[in-house]
Amino acid sequence: MLNIVGKRYWFFGLSLLLIVPGMAALSIWGLPLAIDFTGGSLLEVRFEGAQPPAPAQVVDLYLELGFGEPVVQSAAQDEIVARSRTLDETERAALVRAMQEHFGGAVTVLRFESVGPAVGAEVTRRAAGAVGLAALGILAYITYAFRTVPGAYRYGLAAIVAMLHDVAVVLGVAAILGHFFGWEVDALFLTALLTIIGFSVHDTIVVFDRIRENQRLHRRLDYELLVNHSIVQTLDRSINTQLTVMLTLLALLLFGGVTTRRFVTVLLIGILSGTYSSIFNAAPLLVVWHKREWRRWFGRGA
Amino acid sequence: MTRLYTHRLLPILLLIALTVWIDLPHPDPVRIGNVERTIDVVRGLDLQGGLQVLMEADLPPGATVRTEDLQTARNIIENRVNGLGVSEPVVLVAGNNRILVELPGIGDTEQAVATIRQTALLEFVELERADLALVGIPGAIRTDFGLGTTENASVAETPTTTPAAASTPTGEAAAAESTPETPQPTAQVFTSDRILHTVMTGADLAEALVTQDEVGNLGVSFDLTERGAQVFGDYTSAHVGDLLGIVLDGTLISAPVINQPITEGHGIITGQFTPEEANGLAVQLRFGRLPVPLRVVESKSVGPTLGEDSLRKSALAGVIGLAVVTSFMGLYYRLPGLIADAALLVYALLTFAVFKLIPVTLTLPGIAGFVLSIGVAVDANVLIFERMKEELRSGRTVEQAIELGFSRAWPSIRDSNLSTLITCAILYWFGSAFGASLVKGFSLTLALGVMASLFTAISVTRTFLHVVLDNLRQAARPRWFGI
Repeated sequence: MLNIVGKRYWFFGLSLLLIVPGMAALSIWGLPLAIDFTGGSLLEVRFEGAQPPAPAQVVDLYLELGFGEPVVQSAAQDEIVARSRTLDETERAALVRAMQEHFGGAVTVLRFESVGPAVGAEVTRRAAGAVGLAALGILAYITYAFRTVPGAYRYGLAAIVAMLHDVAVVLGVAAILGHFFGWEVDALFLTALLTIIGFSVHDTIVVFDRIRENQRLHRRLDYELLVNHSIVQTLDRSINTQLTVMLTLLALLLFGGVTTRRFVTVLLIGILSGTYSSIFNAAPLLVVWHKREWRRWFGRGA
Repeated sequence: MTRLYTHRLLPILLLIALTVWIDLPHPDPVRIGNVERTIDVVRGLDLQGGLQVLMEADLPPGATVRTEDLQTARNIIENRVNGLGVSEPVVLVAGNNRILVELPGIGDTEQAVATIRQTALLEFVELERADLALVGIPGAIRTDFGLGTTENASVAETPTTTPAAASTPTGEAAAAESTPETPQPTAQVFTSDRILHTVMTGADLAEALVTQDEVGNLGVSFDLTERGAQVFGDYTSAHVGDLLGIVLDGTLISAPVINQPITEGHGIITGQFTPEEANGLAVQLRFGRLPVPLRVVESKSVGPTLGEDSLRKSALAGVIGLAVVTSFMGLYYRLPGLIADAALLVYALLTFAVFKLIPVTLTLPGIAGFVLSIGVAVDANVLIFERMKEELRSGRTVEQAIELGFSRAWPSIRDSNLSTLITCAILYWFGSAFGASLVKGFSLTLALGVMASLFTAISVTRTFLHVVLDNLRQAARPRWFGI
């Protein structure tokens, strides 16, 4: 039989190897927050029938109109995305008219978003609140669902640790992708993150449930063996479910629209991490706790 | 045994037939009994293009906005938005001081925002019987007030909202009776070809309240300002028996008959009102303008091209995803896999039917949530089948293995899905409080998908599996189960 629990420190090490660079990126570059959280305006326009302007020209136009200095990127061949301070509808209309005059051709507004700074700050606060609330709700539910097992709260806490693992992986990836490819953390990203939390716990519970069942059936069995046994028994299911979710997400990634591409990528990474953490972190963590292994950590110097 | 499961098959087949019927396109509203409604997919702004505006009560710091006022403001904005001629606009109260407006397919966003924030105009106009057909048609009424030809009317600068002494109108106050029968709206859109004369504007109205007479009939009583009483007294004295039109922003909202002159400055509109109708009318009379000042804190607009493209691609991705997953299930789990595929199809039909019935506004993340819930639906089946295989390997018969597979996999299916539903509930709350309709759409579709998947995995897969086994004896071999 596969011995997963026996190699638990290797798997914890692998997790750290994934998380540490991401956390470093996060502390150096920060999260690339979108206007949903920071406030500001985003204007995406397409220029047809004329040479699209260089980003620098667009910056000059904003400054000329007194709209502050924007960050301008070329999106597709004839499209630009400009992020600036919060603009209202009148200012947007003036801006588009000015673009038409300066750069010629037909200017089509593909997307215009404007978020007041106060709203952005509140969204950030509430988002953190939502994640915290979700964690508490899940902890409460698991403690209730596992009430017949000794130390039920351990299961809840181990599930939360695995969940935080996935949050850390995803945030780290976001910081790295944000720095190198200009990805942004927006409301959709937040949705993806919360889904990952849900799925991570979903996966963890399936493994824990098997431990709960086996504990009833094999009262004499050593806890470490029991946990390993439970992981192996649910491994087929974990892999197959993972595979089907991955397949649907891959379909969305390859054939879905551009708008959801980043969202789906984040989901893919997070759900992969979620399956990993429930098998290789959450359940082995129960063993660590059961044996109170931290008392040996420093003695061994590990 | 055979009887039992064939018996169970019937309601499932009926359900399938019903969902197929709902899923088929219904271009016209469907009428069942006297309930008539459209059964159609509501597409979100990101899929068809349009404007989303989040407005916030613009009050001095420390002041709080009353929920009723916000609700009233919402109703008024909804009326104005209906006047824009947008199909399926959404106006919602979001959180405790915001209003979210979604206008699909709108082109001129500057004009739209201006319309939403403008001051509404309440008018009392001279009306003829023929004009009754215009009740409730947005913007159908044109009055001379807007053209500046009337002497009686005054500009609705600040319709006073200070409650006048709450005097209940007494019996001697004149009563006007609302026309008993509301004209049936016809397909043709009317606009008044005449320009109607404005008797008085909302500026001369002091207060409007819902009242009840001795026999319990509801009415709306109103008090006029001194000047309003003068104007109204003169007019009603000369027009007993005529219709009086109450017009809000060009829409005829009520058309009572003048039964006797109203000279005392207060009167009652009576009729066959439901409590909601009476309250709605009172609110509209009282607050021709928004009860709370609003400012735009967030606006997002999506061009129609981007949305159209996204919809086509997401739908394609959904179909491909479903195809890949069903092939995988069939190859890996054999007979039960194929049955799970059939159940998955039922699942997709069912979920889509629920989306159309509620109706759920389908956004891009919403579609992603749906596609993802296919994964969840498969997971329940995978859990059951893996369990079934284990039981088969430990030497149980196929029948026993099926029953054990279902009963032993159930706790983990229940617990894992409940935790997903908890997350969905929190996401939904988060989305509602911010007018973040994308987040809301996603959590709703995922939650509905999870619930539908629980139902199909447990009842549909199980029934199908038993029916196949009962009628196909040689199917009861472990080989058919991928062992």
